[in-house]
Amino acid sequence: MEFEVLGNKDTRSGFGEGLAELGQQNPDVVALCADLTGSLKMDAFQKSHPDRFFQAGIAEANMIGLAAGMTIGGKIPFTGTFANFSTGRVYDQIRQSVAYSKKNVKICASHAGLTLGEDGATHQVLEDIGMMRMLPNMTVIVPADFNQTKQATIAIAAHDGPVYLRFGRPVMPIFVKPDAEFIIGKADVLTEGTDVTIIACGHMVWKSIEALKTLHEMGISAELINMHTIKPLDEAAILKSVAKTRCVVTAEEHMMNGGLGEAVSQVLSRKHPVPQEYVAVNDTFGESGTPMELMTKYHIDTPDVVAAVQRAIARKVK
Amino acid sequence: MTRKVQLFSMENTTLAGIASQVRRDIVRMVSAVNSGHPGGSLGCTDFLTYLYFEQMQHNANDFQMDGKNEDLFFLSNGHISPVWYSVLARAGYFPVAELGTFRKLGTRLQGHPSTDKNLPGIRMASGSLGQGLSVGIGAAQIKKLNQDPTLVYTLHGDGELQEGQIWEAAMYAAANKVDNIIATIDANGRQIDGDVDEVLSLGDLNQKWLAFGWEVLHMDGHHFDSIRHTMQQAKSLTGKGKPVVIIMKTEMGQGVDYMMGSHKWHGVAPNAEQLQAALDQLEETHGDY
Repeated sequence: MEFEVLGNKDTRSGFGEGLAELGQQNPDVVALCADLTGSLKMDAFQKSHPDRFFQAGIAEANMIGLAAGMTIGGKIPFTGTFANFSTGRVYDQIRQSVAYSKKNVKICASHAGLTLGEDGATHQVLEDIGMMRMLPNMTVIVPADFNQTKQATIAIAAHDGPVYLRFGRPVMPIFVKPDAEFIIGKADVLTEGTDVTIIACGHMVWKSIEALKTLHEMGISAELINMHTIKPLDEAAILKSVAKTRCVVTAEEHMMNGGLGEAVSQVLSRKHPVPQEYVAVNDTFGESGTPMELMTKYHIDTPDVVAAVQRAIARKVK
Repeated sequence: MTRKVQLFSMENTTLAGIASQVRRDIVRMVSAVNSGHPGGSLGCTDFLTYLYFEQMQHNANDFQMDGKNEDLFFLSNGHISPVWYSVLARAGYFPVAELGTFRKLGTRLQGHPSTDKNLPGIRMASGSLGQGLSVGIGAAQIKKLNQDPTLVYTLHGDGELQEGQIWEAAMYAAANKVDNIIATIDANGRQIDGDVDEVLSLGDLNQKWLAFGWEVLHMDGHHFDSIRHTMQQAKSLTGKGKPVVIIMKTEMGQGVDYMMGSHKWHGVAPNAEQLQAALDQLEETHGDY
């Protein structure tokens, strides 16, 4: 199976382009940023629509409250800052003023996970998917590449309710077609296979694509699912696939606790128990390094996907 | 310390008459479920009565979440929900009889205000302190964007000002010239653990708000003439480039003698005997729920 690489870009730039397009399309879209406009690629929106752009300064709690208040006059606020400052720092503000109050706020979080790189563990949030998926009323989306992040950014404006959109900093291959349709809650089956189901999100989708080649050489037929929506989770896609493959590997740039793997295991344990192996960060903080060095050191790299597949297949009931 | 309390006995249609009934509602609501926050509720009764019955342009009979072309109110210190619920019901947002469901399973009148049960009049959950000023400022900025000339009002406890988010919001509103918001501080000087000055002094509150770039007014929260005068002045100060804050002096527990002069009735409900003693001091002007 061949994946055409359409280019190389960071997912945050997909957000920036999507937001700029939304600015042209939808006069109700407003944007807020906490002193990271360049990092979030929100400059284009800011330049085109200065009246609908709100600079909150380094005050994320206030930014979330402002956004919640802005929904009341019918606007659709997109907040932008790093994933760490979009979640843990403002969890109570999101919980009360956004999720519990069912406000139409889109919390857009860049520099998620280890691949933020050299800034180190203070900024490398690995718990955000868990925090956000625990909140009732919250939709959680982790797109896989530049194109999909742009498509997801546009799609969430049309969804009425709180959304957490997670993306990142490193330049990665683009493989989602620019005209692909993004449907919240509907997984993309990238390859069909019979021996194992790999369910991945974010940058780990590309790492899993890389693993497919090795798996193919080993004679392993893998079904790869891009689970871009963590909540609501596409249970039907998971159950349909494991009925065929009878084992699962989940792959995410996140803590094993609380993330995609745990969400998948909740479906499997209740509805179709099969062996599951996790490619995720295991209860540790990150550190400084290049994005790719960190993925290798913390075992969320291509060889880790291959090894997890082998373990999962070995555990299958013969 | 016990004080002599003047029995409210003006005719029914006056603000004082409404306030007396609201105070009866408050003590009956919290006593019925042996929980809730009577102290701050009684202290803010006159202010909220004035706000809803005289100051704000609002539509009680056709509540719209988007609040376009009507004044908005956000209660940031959500624990004083009993006074808000009573004022909303008495103003016509929902049936007065529903006050009897306060804090009971399945009620729209949650312990702290929420939107998820669709109670008319409420646009944002509150209870976790410090969030309502940001919300009000956001709503005010969108009023400007929508070219909607109506205003946003918020209410905060003085203890609540210990939350850092309040000062993030205060800085933001002045920097962005959000001049269509009037925030009011319930300066009763009390919080759960004791006097605000003892728990964590706010220092010179007047100077703090001035330094943050706000217009600062002061009023006596228990005299309708003072409230009316100050609120009209506040309204006249809007649209002039600065947000407006009113530091409102109140007495926690106002109207019920044994609740006044202390922080002890912040979050304690009166028992049956205490309830009767409270009701004896508050004239029934509009019929109990």
